[in-house]
Amino acid sequence: MMLKMEGVHAHYGHIHALRGIDVEVQVGEIVTLIGANGAGKSTLMMSLFGNPKASAGRIVFDGEDITRVHTHEIARRGIALVPEGRRIFPRMTVIENLQMGTAHADPANYAADTARVFAMFPILEERQAQRAGTLSGGEQQMLAIGRALMSRPKLLLLDEPSLGLAPIYIRRIFQIVKELNRDHGMTILLVEQNANQALRVADRGYVLQHGEITLAGTGAELLASPEVRAAYLEGGHA
Amino acid sequence: MSAVVFARHAMTPAERLRDAGWVAFVGLILGIPLVGLTTVDVGGRLGVETRFGLLAAAIAAVFAGRLLLRWAIDQARERKQARDRASTATAADRAHGAQRVVNVLGWVALGASIALPIVFSDNRYVVDTATTVLIYVMLGWGLNVVVGLAGLLDLGYVAFYAVGAYSYALLSTQFGWSFWEALPVSGAMAATFGILLGYPILRLRGDYLAIVTLGFGEIIRIILVNWTEFSNGPNGISSIPRPSFFGLDFTRSAPEGSQTFSGFFGLEFSPMHRLIFLYYLILVLALLTHAFVSRLRKLPVGRAWEALREDEIACQAMGMNTTNIKLSAFAIGAMLGGFAGVFFAARQGFISPESFTFTESAIILAIVVLGGMGSQMGVVLAATLLVLIPEFGRNFAEYRMLLFGLAMVLIMVWRPGGLLAHREPTVRLNALGKTTTTGGTAR
Repeated sequence: MMLKMEGVHAHYGHIHALRGIDVEVQVGEIVTLIGANGAGKSTLMMSLFGNPKASAGRIVFDGEDITRVHTHEIARRGIALVPEGRRIFPRMTVIENLQMGTAHADPANYAADTARVFAMFPILEERQAQRAGTLSGGEQQMLAIGRALMSRPKLLLLDEPSLGLAPIYIRRIFQIVKELNRDHGMTILLVEQNANQALRVADRGYVLQHGEITLAGTGAELLASPEVRAAYLEGGHA
Repeated sequence: MSAVVFARHAMTPAERLRDAGWVAFVGLILGIPLVGLTTVDVGGRLGVETRFGLLAAAIAAVFAGRLLLRWAIDQARERKQARDRASTATAADRAHGAQRVVNVLGWVALGASIALPIVFSDNRYVVDTATTVLIYVMLGWGLNVVVGLAGLLDLGYVAFYAVGAYSYALLSTQFGWSFWEALPVSGAMAATFGILLGYPILRLRGDYLAIVTLGFGEIIRIILVNWTEFSNGPNGISSIPRPSFFGLDFTRSAPEGSQTFSGFFGLEFSPMHRLIFLYYLILVLALLTHAFVSRLRKLPVGRAWEALREDEIACQAMGMNTTNIKLSAFAIGAMLGGFAGVFFAARQGFISPESFTFTESAIILAIVVLGGMGSQMGVVLAATLLVLIPEFGRNFAEYRMLLFGLAMVLIMVWRPGGLLAHREPTVRLNALGKTTTTGGTAR
């Protein structure tokens, strides 16, 4: 078991954003979390990361309880987050951004990790001396993923990686998710609004509504489920 | 009215003539009462005299001036467009070239600042002003750590300057500490205050952070004014000992058992010796500050400051401890401000809360912002400008602050990112495309 959330509640001020969440991620899985705007997807991701901390319930990562652990400490234990909206460091160059991803990693791995990221995203190697803010949205997303991979995480959290990207990049991002999992054995928790694509790449999925998990199942099951089709696929973006 | 002044496109010659004609016509209407008619004293009575010759000359000048101005504006605009067309491909080259220019500028400035007191060895005013510039450069570099690198807007920086100055003043007058003994202790004291300020405001950002730091600056000043037993209140602390040159004093005659600087080197006594010594002292302190900050910028802690400025959430996601990063920025910025304060107290020989008002904080912040946030060389340029403009403005008496404000507005209009807005990457690519971290040298 890589990650287990048991009855997790979280609050943003007075807003009760998560109401008893149970989510599990097994080693080597892609698990996706779908839901409408404001359902609590990003909150779930962030409370997993200790910001805000869960007000009730338990989060176990890799056999250890991380419910009360500091955010930066959680990152050091092997969870890497690709935040919503990419959040690269715009005034720093591409290579500096990648270096920031190694803030707590072993410097001996730096060369190998950079080479690995460049092999995965050749465009980043071409642009390594360029300021990250001058990259296109899709390139920035690749940089954000590359930066997260620099710390050799055990679990990769992707928060809406397809948000605001051109269709060609959306396809590429999902392809990358798939490759990371298949070729590098990366365990991935993927939050998405693009339910169709997300469920296609995922082994399992959860549907989140008003801070609660309303449906769970394999990707194929959820894709076929009438509730999911009605709420997220038909009439929405397919 | 056809005389639209700010036409967007380049004008044909006919349009320019018509435009200039309109301006000359307006000039004529205004000029008849202002220039064309004048009052003279005719045998005790007031008479009116006409000066149409002068008026005609003025109108002609307006006409020609307007034509020339219009032409110059069009030329400038055309050049700018041509430049924009040519520039996109070479942005990286230009950035690199700009960096070289800045480096050369840095060495020139260093050479000039070393030579200055030798050239102006008799000119007390010049050496004094240059010393003031260097104090502000050092303060600017200190605040640059907090505002420019870590992106934490601090409006109360002068508090640390005050802590440093009062620490030295009290340690030396009450306990007889020398300048060199008190310098590190006062710096540590200021750093402690930096952490004291930093701790409660860790969660604040932007405007809220600015307001709290502003309040902190005022609290320190008000304590200094009111706690008379401690700081002697508004009367300040006087006869603060001056720093000595390895134990040699800069006085005409030495007390029993010690020597004076002039006596030791067999020079004729001159009060300029002390001023020049103080100048070199602050120069060395400022250069050490620069070396220290440049080095930090290339270390993980400096990178973390910059990353924090760019995006706090991403920093946390990278596993950085933002608490420690912020506190270290506050502490180091405060320590450098404290050092500058020690020097200030030693140079003036007298300090009072008057020297540590909000205006000082604002000027130091202006130096950092005008210089281009995070740019070390920009701070030097901005500090020089902001000290020299009011000095040159002395001839304009009460208008000098107006001049000062105008200059600041103009700089921000022309260079909205600051005088030197370019940020030098800390990682360079060598010819093989392999990455290296630029460390080693201070510059």
